[in-house]
Amino acid sequence: MADSSHADSRPPDFLAHREGDVVAVAVRDLEPGTVEGGYLRGPASVSLRLTDSVPLGHKLALADIAKDQEVIEYGHRVGIATQDIAKGGHVHVHNVRSARWHNSAS
Amino acid sequence: MAQQRQLTGFRRENGAVGIRNHTIVLPLDDLSNAAAEAVARVVPGTLALPHAYGRLQFGADLDLTFRTLIGTGCNPNVASVVVIGIEPNWTGRVVDGIAKTGKPVEGFSIERNGDLRTVERAARVAAAFLRDDSEKQREPVGRHEIMMSIKCGESDTTSGLGSCPTTAEAVDRWIDAGGTVLFGETTELTGGEDLIAARCANDEVRKRFQGMYDDYLAMVERSGADLFGSQPTQGNIRGGLSTIEEKAMGNIAKTGTKPVVGALEPAQAPGPEPGLYFMDTSSAAAECVTLMAAAGAVIHLFPTGQGNIVGHPVEPVVKLTANPLTAETMSEHIDLDCSGLLRRECDLTEAGDQLMEVIDRTVRGRLTGAEVMGHREFSLTKLYPSA
Repeated sequence: MADSSHADSRPPDFLAHREGDVVAVAVRDLEPGTVEGGYLRGPASVSLRLTDSVPLGHKLALADIAKDQEVIEYGHRVGIATQDIAKGGHVHVHNVRSARWHNSAS
Repeated sequence: MAQQRQLTGFRRENGAVGIRNHTIVLPLDDLSNAAAEAVARVVPGTLALPHAYGRLQFGADLDLTFRTLIGTGCNPNVASVVVIGIEPNWTGRVVDGIAKTGKPVEGFSIERNGDLRTVERAARVAAAFLRDDSEKQREPVGRHEIMMSIKCGESDTTSGLGSCPTTAEAVDRWIDAGGTVLFGETTELTGGEDLIAARCANDEVRKRFQGMYDDYLAMVERSGADLFGSQPTQGNIRGGLSTIEEKAMGNIAKTGTKPVVGALEPAQAPGPEPGLYFMDTSSAAAECVTLMAAAGAVIHLFPTGQGNIVGHPVEPVVKLTANPLTAETMSEHIDLDCSGLLRRECDLTEAGDQLMEVIDRTVRGRLTGAEVMGHREFSLTKLYPSA
């Protein structure tokens, strides 16, 4: 999967897997403000306003996600939002739960 | 491009190809660990494989222990085996199982001898085996003759973005070359098990896979436990993974794109057909690698995010990470840093080329970080309590 953008001078702040994913992954520690990133399979460059600090490897919301809505990553459901999450917010265990572990309290 | 230099390995008596040449001392049971370790101290250069079980097991759990011990002795990375057990009957069963490969194997039992007499007798044989094994030569081998296994650990979101898809590049290339690759981690397919089922080569394999998956999940759910913190692990969560489904998507990313040609019991050797096989395993690193090595895998690819450090006594474990923090702070454990993918300094084809280069060098004898650091985790899978 050769990526045409890989000659870009500035490394991305975040990467998402596929177009349509509602979350992306911070590829370095990020602070609130404008951040730029792209998709492994999809548009090369996207920017958005980050509202939270998001450490390396943690997720940020690419779109508003309503409570009880499915969280889509890799083009797949990876969990359920346990509260409303605004675009640019930190997405993790405080606002997402498994749709599959039925005994999970989180 | 990955270099085309000839691969070399050790062709065993039964034709199977190994990439290491170990003389091992294999205890049948927990009671025999002390004698096995004493032999390895008296004859440096042999390798003892202590473990926790082997007494009063029964049924499927006992069968799995025998399959794992015999399979480990049969692994082509092993040149010869000394088996030590508390009594002669089960010891002989392991010896007979390994002897089918044609490799040198001898068993000793401790009852009516004591540890000291057993250690002396076993050490004399281990010393003779080691001298003979030291003369065994590498010869040219084909990629298709080298059985690979894959499993990731302490994953984080960088695994799904970088180290797992890089592993997938190598898996697809290995299978294109006519090779065989094992993957497992049954519960870590949760949320994407339909993707694996869809890749099964035929209905029979699909039914077998689905049955194994459903049984494992039923066991987990029956416990009534909250798995959050175990699956995903605390390390996964620290690294940014939020749910089992998200972890599963990264896990599945490393299996590449080829059809799944078989679904294996734990520690079951694949059939003669090459290709990608699923094995029903725990997702705990040492247990999983131990089962895959017992099935005959001789090199393991291990993508990690936060930095799992597992190794195995006879199967070299190659670690790769795309997490720049892990690559920097745990470099002695990491064989390939592919964090350039996250900075878009390279693409997956280039990262795959780099991984193939590391694999080929490891096959030819270069030690992995886990081998150098002495990580020799040998963990038997226990299905239920002993009698």
